[in-house]
Amino acid sequence: MSEPVEAKNKTKTIEDAKAGAALPALGLKGMLRWAWTQLTSMRTALFLLLLLAVAAVPGSLFPQRPANPAVVTQYIKDHPDYGKILDAVQLYDVYSSAWFSAIYLLLFISLIGCVTPRAIAHYKAMRSQPPRTPQRLSRLPEYGTLVVPADAGIPASRAITDAAALLKKRGYRVEVRDADGERPSLGAERGLFKEVGNLVFHTSLIGVLVSVAIGGLFGYSGQRILVEGDTFVNTLVGYDQFSPGTNFQSNWLQPYSIQLDKFDVKFDRESPAHFGQPIDFTAQVTTKENPGAPAQKQVLKVNDPVTLGGTSIYLTGNGYAPVITVRDGKGNVALQGPVVAKLQGENYYSSVVIKVPDAKPDQLGFAGFFLPTAFVTEQGVSFSGDPELINPQLSLNSYYGDLGLDKGTPQNVFELDVKSLTQLNGRNLPTKGITLVPGKTYTLPDGKGSISFDGVKKYVGVDIHHNPGQVSALFFALLAVAGLVVSLYLNRRRVWVRTGTHDDGRTMVEYGLLARGEDHRLAGESAAIRELLQREWQLAADAPETSDTVASTNTKDQ
Amino acid sequence: MLFSINETMGQYSELFMLLAAGTYTVAFVAFAWDLAKSSKTLRAVDLKAAAAAKVPVAVGSAGSETLPAAESAGARTAGSDMRYAAERRAPARVAVALSILGVLIHAAGVVTRALGAGRVPWGNMYEFLTTGAFVAVAVFLVALIRRDLRFLGTFVIGLAVIMLVAASVAYWTPVGHLVPALQSYWLVIHVSIAVLSSALFTLTFAMSALQLVQSHRQKTLAAGGVDKLGFMRLVPDALSLENLSYRINTVAFVGWTFTLMFGAIWAEKAWGRFWGWDTKEVWTFVIWVVYAGYLHARATRGWTGTRAAWLSIVGYLCVIFNFTIVNQFFNGLHSYSGLS
Repeated sequence: MSEPVEAKNKTKTIEDAKAGAALPALGLKGMLRWAWTQLTSMRTALFLLLLLAVAAVPGSLFPQRPANPAVVTQYIKDHPDYGKILDAVQLYDVYSSAWFSAIYLLLFISLIGCVTPRAIAHYKAMRSQPPRTPQRLSRLPEYGTLVVPADAGIPASRAITDAAALLKKRGYRVEVRDADGERPSLGAERGLFKEVGNLVFHTSLIGVLVSVAIGGLFGYSGQRILVEGDTFVNTLVGYDQFSPGTNFQSNWLQPYSIQLDKFDVKFDRESPAHFGQPIDFTAQVTTKENPGAPAQKQVLKVNDPVTLGGTSIYLTGNGYAPVITVRDGKGNVALQGPVVAKLQGENYYSSVVIKVPDAKPDQLGFAGFFLPTAFVTEQGVSFSGDPELINPQLSLNSYYGDLGLDKGTPQNVFELDVKSLTQLNGRNLPTKGITLVPGKTYTLPDGKGSISFDGVKKYVGVDIHHNPGQVSALFFALLAVAGLVVSLYLNRRRVWVRTGTHDDGRTMVEYGLLARGEDHRLAGESAAIRELLQREWQLAADAPETSDTVASTNTKDQ
Repeated sequence: MLFSINETMGQYSELFMLLAAGTYTVAFVAFAWDLAKSSKTLRAVDLKAAAAAKVPVAVGSAGSETLPAAESAGARTAGSDMRYAAERRAPARVAVALSILGVLIHAAGVVTRALGAGRVPWGNMYEFLTTGAFVAVAVFLVALIRRDLRFLGTFVIGLAVIMLVAASVAYWTPVGHLVPALQSYWLVIHVSIAVLSSALFTLTFAMSALQLVQSHRQKTLAAGGVDKLGFMRLVPDALSLENLSYRINTVAFVGWTFTLMFGAIWAEKAWGRFWGWDTKEVWTFVIWVVYAGYLHARATRGWTGTRAAWLSIVGYLCVIFNFTIVNQFFNGLHSYSGLS
């Protein structure tokens, strides 16, 4: 503090010096090269990999839009304090968020930057001869010597060709050096496919990613509810809900049709703990590949989709659809047919909403519940005692007025907007609620019309998917596993042998082994080669436990 | 197509599970006794060696000074190749015998459960835990045939007891049919590989934890500190533990890759998409990435040893989290816990 000016000057000179020393030396190109080296280093890859694991976690903690948009909306409503902040940082779309994408894209760039030079280097290594014989073989992790007596008639040159033949038989690539010289030697290598497996594994991951992207671009999926007897035709209007891929064109839809003939559910009647739980769903369907094609009978089950026109059709939901007839105030039939009841609770306790926009003079609306086996508690609460139709019952409130459907704003078919409606029937009104069993008709008060409960049908929910990236994703995944197994369990080993002649005429043999990467069987390989050489030259086998192998074989690949 | 439920068989199974847990508990005590006793024996040997060493030192022979030191260093950890040594460890033998008895009873429990339900015994959390514990103990005992891994006994049998008790107390579910979503041959393939990989991860978790302790102990000893963890003498040195757990982890990682892949194929069959970031899928992916990180760490300078061991432990904690918290408290398509 006493000499601020000087101190400031000093800092400045240091900064100048730094700038002068570092920046011109690096330059833009140098900086880019430095950044590239950093990005493609193993350390960075490892960091990005662990970061990817951490970044994936929030997607399991918060509701996700692609899985269930309604839950996200509700979640934001329920948490006014931070719900919107989470939305701003894309925590409801984790797997398509900028930050998640950034991590995996960087990881894949790093991967490409790592794999490419390695692939080139390995290509060269595969085409070149095994590395030259090291000066001192005794420094290698596995080392041993053998002595062939002078009277055996095996000179140094013969010993090296023998060793070369043995190693070739064992799957090594062998190069003999200086065969007729004083110190002939050989270099051998095997397991070059270990690195190939490694490269295939990493490249295949890119293939999987691209396949997923193709699915997102050119695929589509949708949902449809089918009541027994209904037919779905694969056109845009046929879907209740449709999510196209980014590049989707509607003329891709092949106009096949699928009709639900019959739907059966089997319930557990054996175990007391799971009594009444569904244990089997079977849908009988009739399909046509094209409007003119012959009809085919097929069975659709959970875990057993039907494939048709390049799409797969999945059984994903089911329930009951009470068949209703509504007559309006003028006595005309304003609505007739099955109404899909939405599952709400146990034993197919379902909610029912009926909208009758064609009723005149007033539009009619009904909301209530459907119970396959109706029971009423002493408190007057009704519930469903069994999932099967033992005592089916409809309990409804009724309304008249304007349903709001004519304004063109889309409405949820499972919800009745009662804002501009007047209630006709209800538990709290003197008219009471409507309770109907099949075959019965209720006449609405004030001459507004009537409602009949004609019977019950079943419905199924089906998902329809088309994913053109699927097959290639599977192909690359399988390729990745194959590469992984090869890279983990194939061992890349190098062997060098050198021979020479002792002054007394004996042939001296020394050999050394080196592994690239983890190889806990290197000592075993060394012992096996030793035994082979001994047998070849008819030398006495070693006494047990005297081999000069070293246990530590833990060399690291850089 | 659907076999009928046999309640009596289910009750037998539960009895077998309890008996197995009881047997394992005694085996666990025996393994712990082995660690404590052997550490005492070894210390006595050390003391004797030290006493013998004093004599030549007093005489002033420089050459013999190094000998006892080398000997006691060898006694500080077990053989690095994990082969059986000549010494007899009676408590360990009792412990292994009890574990074998336990695993036989346990097998009876798993088989009767399968017969009772008329299907593979891994349709809910109770069954996954009881079968998973069985596989973990079985793999451990099979490994014992070739390698002396008895130092892991306290850990593995202890974990098996915890798994069986947790299954019986917290996750108990009576025998029952599978919900339609689980009725697929992929249940046999996907879940069996998941159980096997989890069992292997259990073994490596135990090894990595021991590796951390051993590495700390070795550092202390190298710095001339006092050996407070005498029972770790039976455990091989940190590097050998690391190498063996790496080898097991590579197998488990390939298994987990298959779990992930077969899960994706099944998801395509059942739900129409092979990947949808369902909570269980997210965590299976996280575990895969953590263990992939572990494999890479082993090839990265500065990340081997302790750091790699920590990754292996974190990976296993994710496996446990995936099984317990994710199954019970996270909503997703994989809500098959059988608990309500």
